[in-house]
Amino acid sequence: MGDLYDNQRAMRQMRKAAMQRGVVAILDVGTSKIACLVLRFDGPEQFRNVDGVGSMAGQSQFRVIGAATTRSRGVRFGEIDAMQETERAIRTVVQAAQKMAKVRVDHVIASLSGGRPRSYGLDGALDVSGGAVTEQDISQVMANCDVPDYGADREVLHAQPVNFTLDNRSGLADPRGQIGHQLTTDMHMLTVDTATLQNLFYCIKRCDLELAGLASSAYVSGMSSLVEDEQELGAACIDLGGGSTSISVFMKKHMIYADSVRMGGDHITSDISMGLQIPAATAERIKTFYGGVVATGMDDREMIETDGETGDWEHDRRTVSRAELIGIMRPRVEEILEEVRARLDAAGFEHLPGQQIVLTGGGSQIPGLDGLASKILGQQVRLGRPLRVQGLPQAAIGPAFSSAVGLSLFASNPQDEWWDFEIPADRYPARSLKRAVKWFKDNW
Amino acid sequence: MRGLIRRPAHAVPHDPAPSKLGYRYQRLLLTPGFRATMRIGVPIALIATILGSHFSNAANRAAVAAQIETAIQQFQDRPQFMVKAMTITGADQATMTDVIGLLPSDYPVSSFDLDLEQTRLAIESLAPVKSASVRVGAAGTLEVRLTPRVPSALWRDGATLRLIDAEGVDSGFVTSRSERLDLPLIAGDGAEQHIQEALALYAAAGPLGPRVRGLVRMGERRWDIVLDREQRILLPGEGAVAAFDRVVALNAAQDMLDRDVTVVDMRNADRPTLRMNEEAVAAMRRVNETVSTNGAGN
Repeated sequence: MGDLYDNQRAMRQMRKAAMQRGVVAILDVGTSKIACLVLRFDGPEQFRNVDGVGSMAGQSQFRVIGAATTRSRGVRFGEIDAMQETERAIRTVVQAAQKMAKVRVDHVIASLSGGRPRSYGLDGALDVSGGAVTEQDISQVMANCDVPDYGADREVLHAQPVNFTLDNRSGLADPRGQIGHQLTTDMHMLTVDTATLQNLFYCIKRCDLELAGLASSAYVSGMSSLVEDEQELGAACIDLGGGSTSISVFMKKHMIYADSVRMGGDHITSDISMGLQIPAATAERIKTFYGGVVATGMDDREMIETDGETGDWEHDRRTVSRAELIGIMRPRVEEILEEVRARLDAAGFEHLPGQQIVLTGGGSQIPGLDGLASKILGQQVRLGRPLRVQGLPQAAIGPAFSSAVGLSLFASNPQDEWWDFEIPADRYPARSLKRAVKWFKDNW
Repeated sequence: MRGLIRRPAHAVPHDPAPSKLGYRYQRLLLTPGFRATMRIGVPIALIATILGSHFSNAANRAAVAAQIETAIQQFQDRPQFMVKAMTITGADQATMTDVIGLLPSDYPVSSFDLDLEQTRLAIESLAPVKSASVRVGAAGTLEVRLTPRVPSALWRDGATLRLIDAEGVDSGFVTSRSERLDLPLIAGDGAEQHIQEALALYAAAGPLGPRVRGLVRMGERRWDIVLDREQRILLPGEGAVAAFDRVVALNAAQDMLDRDVTVVDMRNADRPTLRMNEEAVAAMRRVNETVSTNGAGN
């Protein structure tokens, strides 16, 4: 755990340094595309010295001065598969974004969708014996959480206190200064594969960039595409990405569950490619132009030409009806949504007060998806788009960019994580001067 | 072997990724400090180098200096700036010669080469000139307007006779008294500092005026009025004019100064004193004796 503290604290320091400098890059490494936004932190809200989120949900702090996206290479299921290729893709996108921003960026906040995220709910208790709760108590109660054995090859990506309870009062956001006996906390911890993180870290380092933060794309796309009351009452954000579908469940403005289904838009494309015997690039084009999930009688008559370059005239001049295409796509989309349903059921999503489900990500643009999803996932389904942030180009406001936009919100307003609180006293290195000072403070 | 299927040349997918070197180069160019250096620092350094190498040659420096000098000269010698003549007003003949000596001798001359203020100060330092105005007037004329000093008295300073004006400033010499009989004559140490008083005394002389030869400052303190026939009026330091008025009044009433009086001493206002000359004293004594003898004889 000490290692985690150090890593995450180092990244948080880096993020602060980047904010001081005023320029930070957002890198969303996805399976089908890599997006890079360059943010400049010079808004009127930047030097506000009061607590809390500023106006416009803290977005007025920054504006997007550079945006670029490129086809992702060497990424499968949201995990880096061929490092050299991914490195080149990151270089491409960072260079293009820098060129648009006309400024060099050194700090990058990245998100990743793969790495088999796994959620854990932790709770810890501390006897504060009638005194007021101090910051030290909070860090101690978080340290008291019994961490499950999540495996040696996994790394904690997020660990956020979700709830504090003091005696019988639950739902406290900030128990500092309140008086009680028993302080308990609920924490949500998200772990991912260490290898995935290391690969991403290595790729970014190879591009002469410094990693100033890491986030799960499930978390950040929820941040950008769920509106405030959905986050408060309970909602699930389903990010239909290229290689994986990320699920995040929010309640009381905290993420309480995240998971991912290792299927996405690329699988639909490969189904089309296999079913229609056409190259993947053509399949992708046909999917985006003519794709759908609900066939109508009109679709039987709408013929789609499948161009080919084999030289065989019969083969190259085939046509398929749109109904056929829908017939190929729909089972795969249904499969993905069924899988999402299973994950949400496993997480106990039906017990939440709000049952809103928000579909976002590039895959959510399939026509008719909301109708299909409401049959599988429940009645309250809507298509979500990311929040509008200042300076974002028109081409980058679609649902495919919800995790990139969410990452910029995350960069400007990160939630307090475990490692942002004071280190509990018994975790200080032995014989540390701080520890001595603390002893004096506590005893006098 | 030529492919059976003709494909466009760009069918081989182009890798958009920049090379590592190109990526680093672009990042370097986007570094703000480096950009500033390249945009401002390098051109300035280049210009400085070129100029430096050009001016390190003495001949080049001289050529540029000469060019600048020529340009300035051409500008200053334009006909609009040329002064072609001069006029001097308010000077007498002797002063005129001195003033001309202070002005530039050959015309036309550029008005940039004239130092009018310096010229004015030089002209004003001449003794007969009280003030002067020097300006370049219309049609390129140097106009000098003089206000001459008006001598109000002659001051005998040793052997020389100086002309001094009402402020006590020298304005020239005369060789003999007869040149300026219209001016009062004063003498004595410190006389020139009390010209106003001297002039007031002269003005108060009235009927005595033709008889006054001059005023002598005695002991830098008070005035003596010297009349013809070796007569002197000794005036006090304070209230000299009032004392002189008394003398004039006495004279008008009793013809005092027509008599054999040498000195009228008004220094003590309570006790004016007369001194007669020796013959008069002797005559008076004789008359007194005669009167007393006759009286005794009677």
